[in-house]
Amino acid sequence: MARINLTVDGQKVADDVEPRMLLVHYLREKLGKTGTVVGCDTSNCGACTVHLNGRSVKSCNVLAVQADGGEVTTIEGLAGEDGQLHKVQEAFRECHGLQCGFCTPGMIMQTVDLLNENPSPSEEAIRLGLEGNLCRCTGYHNIVRAVQHAAGTATGTTEGASA
Amino acid sequence: MTATQEPTTGQEIGRDRRRKEDQRLITGRTRWTDNITLPGMLHLAMVRSPFPHARITGINIEAARQATNVVAVYTGADLGEAQGACINAWPVTTDQVTPPHVPMPTDRVAFAGETVAVVVARSAAEARDAAELVEVDYEELPAALDLKEAAAAHETGGALAHPDLGTNVTAVWKFDSAEAGTGGDVEQAISEARANGIVIEREYRQQRLIPAFMEPRSVVVDPTGEQITIWSATQIPHILRFALAATTGVPESKIRVIAPDVGGGFGGKLQQTPEEMIAFAVARRLGKPVKFTETRSESLLTAHHGRDQWQRLTLAATKEGKVTGLKVDLLADLGAYVAIVGGGVPVLGAFMFNAIYKFPAYQFQTTNVLTNKTWTDAYRGAGRPEATYAIERLMDELAAELGKDPLEVREMNWIKHEEFPFTTVAGLEYDSGNYEAATARAREMFGYDELRAEQAERRARGDKVQLGIGVSTFTEMCGLAPSRVLGQLNYGAGGWEHAEVRMLPTGKVEVVTGASAHGQGHETAFSQIVADRLGVPFDDVEILHGDTQISHKGLDTYGSRSLVVGGEALVRAADKVIEKAKPIAAHLLEASADDLEFNGGRFTVRGTDQGMAITEIATAVFAAHNLPDGVEASLDSEATYDPVNFNYPHGTHLCAAEVDTETGQVKLRKYVCCDDIGVVINPLIVAGQVHGGLVQGIAQALWEEAVYDENGTLVTGSFVDYLLPTAADTISFEIDHTTSPSTTNSLGTKGVGEAGTIASTPAVVNAIVDALRPLGVNDVAMPCTPERVWRAINEGSAGGETTGAAAPHFDPSTGMSGTVDRAEGDVQ
Repeated sequence: MARINLTVDGQKVADDVEPRMLLVHYLREKLGKTGTVVGCDTSNCGACTVHLNGRSVKSCNVLAVQADGGEVTTIEGLAGEDGQLHKVQEAFRECHGLQCGFCTPGMIMQTVDLLNENPSPSEEAIRLGLEGNLCRCTGYHNIVRAVQHAAGTATGTTEGASA
Repeated sequence: MTATQEPTTGQEIGRDRRRKEDQRLITGRTRWTDNITLPGMLHLAMVRSPFPHARITGINIEAARQATNVVAVYTGADLGEAQGACINAWPVTTDQVTPPHVPMPTDRVAFAGETVAVVVARSAAEARDAAELVEVDYEELPAALDLKEAAAAHETGGALAHPDLGTNVTAVWKFDSAEAGTGGDVEQAISEARANGIVIEREYRQQRLIPAFMEPRSVVVDPTGEQITIWSATQIPHILRFALAATTGVPESKIRVIAPDVGGGFGGKLQQTPEEMIAFAVARRLGKPVKFTETRSESLLTAHHGRDQWQRLTLAATKEGKVTGLKVDLLADLGAYVAIVGGGVPVLGAFMFNAIYKFPAYQFQTTNVLTNKTWTDAYRGAGRPEATYAIERLMDELAAELGKDPLEVREMNWIKHEEFPFTTVAGLEYDSGNYEAATARAREMFGYDELRAEQAERRARGDKVQLGIGVSTFTEMCGLAPSRVLGQLNYGAGGWEHAEVRMLPTGKVEVVTGASAHGQGHETAFSQIVADRLGVPFDDVEILHGDTQISHKGLDTYGSRSLVVGGEALVRAADKVIEKAKPIAAHLLEASADDLEFNGGRFTVRGTDQGMAITEIATAVFAAHNLPDGVEASLDSEATYDPVNFNYPHGTHLCAAEVDTETGQVKLRKYVCCDDIGVVINPLIVAGQVHGGLVQGIAQALWEEAVYDENGTLVTGSFVDYLLPTAADTISFEIDHTTSPSTTNSLGTKGVGEAGTIASTPAVVNAIVDALRPLGVNDVAMPCTPERVWRAINEGSAGGETTGAAAPHFDPSTGMSGTVDRAEGDVQ
């Protein structure tokens, strides 16, 4: 067992974990942060995406011990303390960027990171920026609209949302 | 106590309401089955066969049993009859040959991935560790892997998937229009066309696909209450409950099934799974809650697959292009077992090969075949994508033969809008449609004439990147299904749906539906329907579903049925509420019931300003102080609706693809569609269904295939190998609608969940073939990978089969440790 100390969604936490424990399992099983989910075993799907020290990571691809001393933000810590949704969360709802919602936590966390790096991405940059996150429901069309909406780069037509 | 009165917000049907479901999903406040943790809960791991077909000669569980924190290890023999069985609900013929399907077999495995033992431990990780300590001895048997060889094995002496059956053919199901009296003799049409017309003969491959829902399947069983509670990532909680009771002997009334948040299904969670049965048996045995959550690899390996057919097709036409007959001969690979509706999937396509056209003669036959591969069953569209692909490819081939525009040839053959209702050669009555209008709109959106002009110009100058235009004018039968029809087809259950509307004393409305959503947005769309019907605010309607103790009756969600069947049940239940409220309103308003009108949520006395809201009546009924004599103190109402017919959405899809003739690379340039799905309840949700459906259909055309190697190993067993499209692979779509309301339900709605998937696959492949036709290509097998397209151009073939070499990094030396390694020369 290894002792880790970190901050998750603004709270200081400490635990003894097996060295092999993945960050995603730590979040889900030890902290009950079940908003972050596991979709594959091969770091392809991105459903488990969280922020570690301000950058998006696939939490199935990080050991819990690697997050020692770090700051983790999950989908559950993204909204304001008053419940005010992050603009990316709001955009996903506004543009119907989710259906079953399983990929959504990862999509939203990746989008936040993408927009931090590039606040006004082109459609191509959005599509490339989300390449590591799989969605089986939406066909990505409205996810792209949601990112554009959050970035304020929607073309004026909400074709995706209202077609 | 008074009900809160809020102004109603006007017409809800047709509004692009944002979804009620989303607040939880975007904040991570979710209840996936794998999120559920119960006191004392134990975790399961499955020990799975690495061989497609083998006799189990010994299982040594000792080492696993001794591992720390392992509670139990069971084999099939240990669990015995408590395992129950996996059922086939649709024996398509009375003489269907159906192998018994035990969740955990005791003597023989029939596909690679089949469970032979289960380990129970205090954590999932420890269960998995111990599963590697279980030693299983196998004696390999010859495996039936190739569909065509398997179909002939009883004649050729080839490998049998289940040797005791003596054949791999489970059923041959046939429809002939001459015999059914719905049309002419197809053989005569073909021989006439051979003499004096056009005959198109083709063989197409529907590759094997994997539904690949994003949430891996998970099941939790809690046996500690008076009822045993099962949470499962399933589309079919009601059917699962029935199957558990029917095969284990546990009374149905002692079983509660809950489908909590379910992360996608697409047909892939329309199953009663061995894992659910094993978890149920283990929980009962130990008296403790248990959980099993599959890994993605297990999901790809063992959750049912879809499609996998060979299609032999003969189309007869006059010299002018009028189709005179269509003959369809299918081989369908069911995999190792006849799944819950597995054998019925090709039969669901039987009525759709004639599509939107007026064919005078038609014959369909499917030969359903067992192989030693993962079992197949419904995948988005289930039978109808296969049919649409075949006929839409053939119509393009006919156009090419005639030298005519593919839209012109379709128009020459399709049912004209004034001819509805129209009884087809397959015996279905299409209630409404307007193919001309949808096609005209799609052409306009697409810029059809301009793109054809560009295509001609690029062909003329010999551009290395050729432009292709693909057409798909589809229809489908959806809204499964009229129970009487299902009975005629020998299906084991009906096709009705149930709903209940409960009027709460505070003015809120609870709606119970037997449909079981897993991403479709029922909570939102159904709220809109009920809000309109009862004249209550959208936000005051709560939709309850997916729990057999709350929604005690239902037939769940698949086959684009929730809205057209379940929605109609809602309407009828709501109407009963209004009917029950009316005499009470009359009593309270001191008026005659005949003088009352119900509008916008209020009963008013005709010709006066007197009135009362239905929510006020609900409050009065709760108090029950002043009700008319003999009237029960409840407005709550139930309805069970059995549809009178399927319904038939249709649409015209146009795809422009650019094909690099030097590299074989295909790039989508533009995709437009105009679908007629009748009256739209929520255009936002409909658009989402269309977009997602399109990408799944496009993915069949371009990327996805479940590939087995010659040893029967699934080499596309992870998301590294099974190519799901990403945002970077896909494009944005232009979609629109024309509206011919369905005449078979009161809302005028048609199904939309499967439409995009059904239509898009042939649109894409037709575009690729269209680009390459001047190079002598008339077929590219799916998925149209650059390699296949290149081979089609350079070798004059359709590009050939995908071999095990499609995953060149797959190295036997990296095979699973802890399982029996394949010994050299061991294969019999």
